[in-house]
Amino acid sequence: MSALSLHKKIEENTGLLIFGILLVSSIGGLVQILPVLNQQSLQIATENTRVYSAVELTGRDIYIREGCSVCHSQQVRPLIAEVERYGPYSRAGEFVYDRPFLWGSKRTGPDLHRVGGKFSNDWHRVHLIDPRSVIAASIMPAYPWLAKREASQVGNITAKLSALRILGHPYSDEDIAAADSELEGLKEIDALIAYLQMLGTGLSEDISI
Amino acid sequence: MDEEDNNLYHDKVVIRLIQFSIIWAVLAMTVGVYISAELIWPSIDFGQFWLSFGRLRPLHTNGIIFGFAVSALMATGFYSVQRTSHAPLYAPRLAWFCCYAWQLTVLLGGLSLLAGWTTSKEYAELEWPFDIVIAVVWVCFGIVFFGTIANRKIKPIYISNWFYGALIIVIAMLHIVNSLAIPVTIGKSYSVYAGAQDAVVQWWYGHNAVGFLLTGGFLGMMYYFLPKHAGRPIWSYRLSVVAFWAFTYSYIWAGPHHLHYSAVPEWVLSLAMIMSVILLAPSWASMINGIMTVSSASEKLKTDPALKFIVLSLAFYGLATFEGPMMSFPSVNVVSHFTDWTIGHVHSGALGWNAMITYGTFYFMVPRLVGVELYSLRLANIHFWMALAGTMLYIIAMWGAGVSQGLLWLSVDEIGELSFSFKDIMSSMTPYYALRLIAGIIFLGGTLLMGYNLFMTLAGKHALKVYAPAVSPAFGVSS
Repeated sequence: MSALSLHKKIEENTGLLIFGILLVSSIGGLVQILPVLNQQSLQIATENTRVYSAVELTGRDIYIREGCSVCHSQQVRPLIAEVERYGPYSRAGEFVYDRPFLWGSKRTGPDLHRVGGKFSNDWHRVHLIDPRSVIAASIMPAYPWLAKREASQVGNITAKLSALRILGHPYSDEDIAAADSELEGLKEIDALIAYLQMLGTGLSEDISI
Repeated sequence: MDEEDNNLYHDKVVIRLIQFSIIWAVLAMTVGVYISAELIWPSIDFGQFWLSFGRLRPLHTNGIIFGFAVSALMATGFYSVQRTSHAPLYAPRLAWFCCYAWQLTVLLGGLSLLAGWTTSKEYAELEWPFDIVIAVVWVCFGIVFFGTIANRKIKPIYISNWFYGALIIVIAMLHIVNSLAIPVTIGKSYSVYAGAQDAVVQWWYGHNAVGFLLTGGFLGMMYYFLPKHAGRPIWSYRLSVVAFWAFTYSYIWAGPHHLHYSAVPEWVLSLAMIMSVILLAPSWASMINGIMTVSSASEKLKTDPALKFIVLSLAFYGLATFEGPMMSFPSVNVVSHFTDWTIGHVHSGALGWNAMITYGTFYFMVPRLVGVELYSLRLANIHFWMALAGTMLYIIAMWGAGVSQGLLWLSVDEIGELSFSFKDIMSSMTPYYALRLIAGIIFLGGTLLMGYNLFMTLAGKHALKVYAPAVSPAFGVSS
């Protein structure tokens, strides 16, 4: 059968057309994406990478809720200028507990992957509530409500840890039982700062590039 | 019901979808203008969480893609599939369900984004309850569309229907795979993929949502409305066939080029780059096919704003589909990635290609649907020049911003020290952002003109009754 007469068949048959589109469009996914999902080396945590605590996870969910990743990447590229500006480039093993990943696609503000430990908690607090009081030229939105809302109201933290455990994150029964009390008395801003301070601390300390 | 009514095309749902599409265009572009102003005057969010940039930006992109673009694709898809099949819509009530259920989903989904329900995955921000509803409505869209094709009275399935068909099938596949997650509460879920693997799945989705929705779907629009409007058959049907299969095959590989210099395996990135470059061929094949089709009707180009919009959109389509593969080279991407260049690239496609071809198509369809002349040709011509000026200014502003950001970030002096602080580079962006704001206002102004023009064209009119014509026995489906 010549290519043209084969095509004539597809062109006159709805079912064949649907099947053809499905077949042709799935090859790329099967050859390129599926192997990545099965690649074990992408699932091995680097030396100091650990699961997020109840407070850090709550902070991370606030980071997601406020759309921080719209303007801040978390992916330091292996380039001289980036390593100098931000710190060691990002490794796959640092992200194994990141659901979803937050690498971002735009740096309206600077990359945040190595921001952990660079500024004090107080600096973050003032900066989040009123960015321009710290950096006059900043165009970051202010987040005054973070200082008012309770961290325990961000979502059901017990259910969150349990869901992540189903996905393979090593939370113990004790971790899950203690989660509610860890959030007690904290504001949203405290949780977000806890998350920011642990960002990028998953590498062994002797790695400088 | 007599024989005649069985052949009546369902065009009321098409008109309603066009109206919704224009409303979404105006709303989502207004949000775009507002957030571009926030980047100049950050305090205009007045400390309100729902006016915060991080929440409004996804509202802007979702409003454009799912509100404006998908409503336009449903409208033009329903219109053209009936006329190319010589059959009325299959399950017209289901088509009405698609129309209203989709609008409600976009509306509530948009509000949920303001409330902070988001997965953060670009163009897939809506949380799991919406993901499920989207999948259901999408399947209904597929049933109406493929059901109409299956009912067709004419043997061949015209090329535009393949592109609309690929849109429906591939977007369903991408949406379902990328949205897999474990729900925790009504507005929160955790992705089943983590870290680098989540990144690869997301950009397989993200890039191909652009590919099969904003490129493929709109090529379907081009393949029906351009020849129809020019009054000429498509220049080369064989080329369109080759371009379709090559496009459908190669687009799907290109996604990971969004992840250059990341922790994703090198072979995945190289493969994505190679396929991105190969993709240039089928992309341009459709552009050439369109331009050659219209070249023999060039007289009409001088007087008809609708045709001008469609032809100009092909030029921007050519620009964007050339720029994309260039940006997939690591040596270019190292400069362009994370900068406003990406935003410029997206808008050369979204404004120059998607919006303009939709505008041209609406100017063509709306008067025909109700059987009158366009309310004002003059306003449509003014709109054309506003759209062109707005798009050009936008792209130029973002090229300037993006290239300078990219180069200045990477710049080191002779002893390897960084030349510029991030803050200084960021502060130097204000003139570009101001130009972009002006560009956005001009483009939005043009869209408002069109809304008024088409509203006046439709005011008080009813859909014409159009019946499927008889089919010559040589081409008919044997029963």
